[in-house]
Amino acid sequence: MIWQIELIILMIVIVLAIGALAVKDLLSAAVLFGAYSFMMCLLWAIMGAVDVAFTEASVGAGVSTVLFVAAVFRTSRRTKD
Amino acid sequence: MDELLTILIARINYWVYIILMMIGMYGIIVKKNLMKKIIGMSILQTAVILFYVSIGAKKNATIPIIEHGHDTGHATAVQAAHFINPLPHVLMLTAIVVAVATLGVALALAIKIYKQYNTLEEDELIEILKE
Repeated sequence: MIWQIELIILMIVIVLAIGALAVKDLLSAAVLFGAYSFMMCLLWAIMGAVDVAFTEASVGAGVSTVLFVAAVFRTSRRTKD
Repeated sequence: MDELLTILIARINYWVYIILMMIGMYGIIVKKNLMKKIIGMSILQTAVILFYVSIGAKKNATIPIIEHGHDTGHATAVQAAHFINPLPHVLMLTAIVVAVATLGVALALAIKIYKQYNTLEEDELIEILKE
C-alpha cells in the first residue's frame, strides 16, 4: 500500500463523484461515472483486493457505463440540474 | 493538533468513505433528474464497498495467496498478520454484482417512465401525475 498514490486517487475519486453529479449533460455524467468506477478499481488494486478490483473493472466500470450510455441514448440527454 | 493530523492521515479511507456516501446521498435527495438520482445511488453503493475493503486492508501485508502452498506435501505455518483479510472482499464481490443488477432495473424503469411521460424530471412528473 503506497499512501501517496492512494491519497492522489482518493482526491481524484471525490472530484469525479462531484463532477458526475454536477454536469448538465447526462452523457458526460455517464462517462465521468465510468472514470469514477475505474479510479475505484485502481484504489482496490492498491489496497490488495485484486478480486474486487477486476470485478469492478469489468462489471462496475464496463457494464454500468454501457448501460448508462444506452439508457441516455434511449431517453433525453438534457437535464435541468 | 499533531495527533489530530495523524488520525486524519491514518484513517483517510474512512473520511473519504463518509464524504462519498454524503455525495451519493445528496445526489439521491437533491437532484431532480432520475438519471442523476441513479448515479447518486451507484456512488453510495461504491462508498459502502470502499468502507468494507478498507476494513480488510493491512499495512505491510500481501494478497491472501500462499506461495507454493499446493505442492509442498506438508502443511506450512502461516502468520495471519502477513496477509490481507479476504472475507470483506468476498462479501463485496456479491455487493458489486447486486449493484449492477439494481442499476439495470433502475435504468429500465427510467426508460419506461420516459416513454410514458416524455420527461425524466421529478417535478414535471409530479405535475403530470397531479392532473
